[in-house]
Amino acid sequence: MKLPASLRVTLTACMVLGLVVLYVPLILIVLNSFNSSRTFGFPPPGLTLDWWQKAASSSGALSALGTSVVAGLCAMVIALVLGTMAAFAVQRFEFFGRSTISFLVVLPITLPGIVTGIALNATFVQVLGPFGVALGLATVIIGHATFCIVIVYNNVQARLRRMGTSLEEASADLGANGWQTFWRVTFPGVRGALVAGAVLAFALSFDEIVVTTFTAGPAIQTLPLWIFSNLFRPNQAPVVNVVAAVLAVVAVVPVWLAQRFSGDSTTSRV
Amino acid sequence: MARVAERTTDAVPQISLRGLRKTFGTVTAVDGVDLDVEDGEFFAMLGPSGSGKTTVLRMIAGFETPTSGSVILDGADATGLPPYRRDVNTVFQDYALFPHMTVAKNIEYGLLVDKAPKAERVRRVGEALEMVRLGGFGDRQPTQLSGGQRQRVALARALVKRPKVLLLDEPLGALDLKLREQMQLELKAIQRDVGITFVFVTHDQDEALTLCDRLAVFNNGRIEQLGAAQEVYEFPASAFVADFVGSSNFIGAHAAREVLGMSGSFAVRPEKVAIVPRGDTVVAGVPRVDGVVRDVVYAGAVTRIVVDGPAGLTFSSTVLNTAGELDVSIRRGAEVTLWWPAAALRRISD
Repeated sequence: MKLPASLRVTLTACMVLGLVVLYVPLILIVLNSFNSSRTFGFPPPGLTLDWWQKAASSSGALSALGTSVVAGLCAMVIALVLGTMAAFAVQRFEFFGRSTISFLVVLPITLPGIVTGIALNATFVQVLGPFGVALGLATVIIGHATFCIVIVYNNVQARLRRMGTSLEEASADLGANGWQTFWRVTFPGVRGALVAGAVLAFALSFDEIVVTTFTAGPAIQTLPLWIFSNLFRPNQAPVVNVVAAVLAVVAVVPVWLAQRFSGDSTTSRV
Repeated sequence: MARVAERTTDAVPQISLRGLRKTFGTVTAVDGVDLDVEDGEFFAMLGPSGSGKTTVLRMIAGFETPTSGSVILDGADATGLPPYRRDVNTVFQDYALFPHMTVAKNIEYGLLVDKAPKAERVRRVGEALEMVRLGGFGDRQPTQLSGGQRQRVALARALVKRPKVLLLDEPLGALDLKLREQMQLELKAIQRDVGITFVFVTHDQDEALTLCDRLAVFNNGRIEQLGAAQEVYEFPASAFVADFVGSSNFIGAHAAREVLGMSGSFAVRPEKVAIVPRGDTVVAGVPRVDGVVRDVVYAGAVTRIVVDGPAGLTFSSTVLNTAGELDVSIRRGAEVTLWWPAAALRRISD
């Protein structure tokens, strides 16, 4: 499509402005992690690797990172199993209340995190508390799983819908029973969606803070919680910058993976 | 007006459908179908979209369960059997080739899930590729093939299992005209070679007449007429069949009485209607009507002449362009006489 020059210039300017707004603050974070000024004066009076050294030996940050990774992986696995099963049920079977189920599964992603947080907190503390349930890592994982399921569910059911049923019918027609069809035809078809859903679910869990606040026990500190509680401590602020810089760089990987996998399998569809 | 075809042999039919019905919610897709398809037959199910022909095919394959009635395959009741327990294979309309497998893996699939030995699988895949003239294409991905090639892979994949019956759902629908005509000849040749029963669904009456030995014309979930291709074309049982299979000039009961002095409704094929300038001599004792030419449509091999006749009738006459040019006096507004052999007039039910 050919655009008039004036429009092209305007659109380019808009795009540059948008990217600047998105990425300059991120670059600032990375820059500040090398800033020799403890108060992040700008422009930096000098560059230093001190904060990176400190961060590498900060036991609080490292253990929070570990907690976040464990919580993210567990929530991801729960989401993969339940989200995939729900997607299959809705896309491949006829049953009473199917569209209602679909709606109920997707709802948690639109609910404000604070509502989910309060609701889960009330359930864990007031209802399940007397039965010996205490806030801890497990409750964080359950809280994260509520919205991670949606991500996997949406990815898988969109893929199943696009695949249609004719490949599975062809497989059955050629003599494959239900399991053979699933492993040889359906699963390879949704594999990309599963990987993309898993990566996004992990990323979502990894940076979650609101639901986490309400579901984490006092001994549990995920990385976002750690950042939040250390950001305003002058001693820790430079280390927070380093952690944030690392996260910004690391976040590129899952997004790239997710895009690669969802893009890859669309083009190979016949 | 469903009819069960006369048995031609004493052998058990490959496919027997008895009182087959299928409803989806409040919609009745198939409404009482009885049908026998014999061993080695090339059978067509012809009908407009929504006439139930594809649903019948899907019930034979096992993708749909009949609401009532039964599907008997090779003498055994298969009504409740899943698709993978039926000795029937299908060529799908969209081919349904597995996108993550090569051409050879696609064809091998049915043998693999049957746990055929490796050497046999390789040999039969090779034979199947040769049969559809795709030798050397085994390592390609389905996306790298043209529509006609994909079609042949789908055919090879279904035939490699040597089923007793091959079902084809609008197999040539996605191909362009030239390729379709070529594939029709190939399909016919392959069917003669393998000698198994082919049942194919189509909405294209030309294709049905070209390919099949017998056909069933579907309308509103029922079989409107069943018979050999020539029989159905020459002796359409109803106005629907007369119009859907080929085209027809209809003479309703009222006009028939007025113009022909006969009672009943009639149809006559356009290619059987001869056209001469008014006043020319016409064979004595044949039905004739006078009319005025409304349109002359040149269509290459034939010319179609539309004539306004008496009693509000419209006739169409198809003339083969053998002489190169049509009689110049037959042009718009010309007064003409139409006539046809008495035997060309078919009495039809409404």
